[in-house]
Amino acid sequence: MVDAAIIITPPSVAVSAVQPRGAKPKARFSGSNIMLYGTLFVVSVYYLLPLWVMVMTSLKGMPEIRMGNIFAPPVEITFQPWVKAWSEACTGLNCDGLSRGFWNSVWITVPSVIISIIVASVNGYALVNWRFKGSEVFFTILIFGSFIPYQIMLYPIVILLRELGIYGTLYGLILVHTIFGMPILTLLFRNYFSSLPEELFKAARVDGAGFWRIYFQIMVPMSLPIFVVALILQITGIWNDFLFGVVFTKPETYPMTVQLNNIVNSVQGVKEYNVNMAATLLTGLVPLIIYFVSGKLFVRGIAAGAVKG
Amino acid sequence: MAGKQTRTGRPTGLRLFRNLNAKVAAVPMVLTTLVVFVGGTLWTVLYSFTNSKLLPRMQFVGLDQYKRLWSNDLWNAAIWNLAFYGVMSLVFTIVMGFVLAVLLDQKIRFEDTFRTIMLYPFALSFIVTGLVWQWILNPEMGIQEVVRRMGFETFTFDPLHNPSTVLYGLLIAGLWQGTGFTMCLMLAGLRGIDEDIWKAARVDGIPKWKTYVYVVIPMMRPVFVTTLVIVAAGIIKLYDLVVAQTSGGPGNASQVPAMYVYRYMFTAQNLGQGFAASTMMLLSVLIVLIPWAYLEFGGKKHG
Repeated sequence: MVDAAIIITPPSVAVSAVQPRGAKPKARFSGSNIMLYGTLFVVSVYYLLPLWVMVMTSLKGMPEIRMGNIFAPPVEITFQPWVKAWSEACTGLNCDGLSRGFWNSVWITVPSVIISIIVASVNGYALVNWRFKGSEVFFTILIFGSFIPYQIMLYPIVILLRELGIYGTLYGLILVHTIFGMPILTLLFRNYFSSLPEELFKAARVDGAGFWRIYFQIMVPMSLPIFVVALILQITGIWNDFLFGVVFTKPETYPMTVQLNNIVNSVQGVKEYNVNMAATLLTGLVPLIIYFVSGKLFVRGIAAGAVKG
Repeated sequence: MAGKQTRTGRPTGLRLFRNLNAKVAAVPMVLTTLVVFVGGTLWTVLYSFTNSKLLPRMQFVGLDQYKRLWSNDLWNAAIWNLAFYGVMSLVFTIVMGFVLAVLLDQKIRFEDTFRTIMLYPFALSFIVTGLVWQWILNPEMGIQEVVRRMGFETFTFDPLHNPSTVLYGLLIAGLWQGTGFTMCLMLAGLRGIDEDIWKAARVDGIPKWKTYVYVVIPMMRPVFVTTLVIVAAGIIKLYDLVVAQTSGGPGNASQVPAMYVYRYMFTAQNLGQGFAASTMMLLSVLIVLIPWAYLEFGGKKHG
């Protein structure tokens, strides 16, 4: 058996390989089928339960939460917790709700995503098609750098941002996200660009196209799927960041995740679980929407990127 | 302008200006690697040998910070918590991810639906994950209370408030968030395996599970290695989940190194300790990373 594995050449993982193959399964109530679907059903319950509980809790009033069952749907639906979470929930002295964190996160995420993708795609392209002496060395350091725990670089970056005069501002955080997004994005783009036929690049060179022209007129149009993947990766990654947000911003510029944690885990006051869950759901909404809208691309992207890398 | 005169492979002109555009494009990478990754790391390692308190200062005290670190109960608790959580998380993520992928690979109906359900938590942040599970595991209103009201009066399921079980509570949440991703990697690996292998195994009358264990898993070695490295790198960063779900408690039962670093660097104003602790984190990554890099890239040239 093991010999068979060696003789047959390892298959190349195509991006489209995630599609199921063969004929559609026949409906059969065999024992193994019941086991299979039963297991999948139980697993699905584990995965869906938190989302269900979040939504249900956020639509109940506090008296009903104290009396009832967290898994039960609300008897009386109320949107008050959502309103309160968005515009009234308190963090410290500020009682203007999560909306501030939301807009901070928007102003952090949008520029960070755009800048990091531009920088990394051009960089990946240069690494594939315009190698220069030492480019591979820097790339190797970059990839190894992504394994270095962030903690060891936090303080030097604080000093760096202070010297640049942007410590505590959204600009500082945008710079940090661009820096730390670079390894994975560069890897992603480099792998994708190197899978494009080299003849294309050569032909363009023969026709006299230069660095930027080939990038904009050949590489970018041919690589739109990977740009979308990078976009998904970065939006969710940056939106979900907590550590950089808490270290490099001030309370006025806290991103949504940090503010959410402060609201829910604050020790003062009576705990309002419905407001907490509405706030949690609000914070998770952006990545969830991205995920459900992009669906298959999200899956294909992370699989292709990781397996090829 | 300058770029137009420069062509790769032409030996004339200044070396530095050859292929100038590519070098300009790589400036952010060069700065990131040199200033932040290499520079920042060396800076912190260097200052971990000083007695910096509120501000970094160059007063070397040898290994004092490290001695203090390892005699600190909080740090020791954090290390062991992370080691326990890390091993459990690695094993379960890989096993669960693989099993789920195999289940989804049985030409089932609604495959897309199941996959969507398993992967959506991966889109959520650790903060959201931690807060939801904190709520579900809440002893007064969560699972414990629901089961008790069903008539099982003495049922106890309160992992987050018991020092000996709190790490399992974190694990439930961490696995919920991360296994879908592993499953996807494994599924892509399974789909990449040649259909002929399965045909050959069927012709030879080899049972399915044997084909998986002896043929498919060895063939998927690269996928397993990739997954292992990605998951391990994520575990060492473990921070947000703990902050959101338990804040390190009860007591120090769910403290992790990243929290120790944050505390000493940014709130306790004892920079030297923070630097020493983060250097130890780096060291633990290197212990994992160097053998792997040696095995993967040591013999042959990669790339």
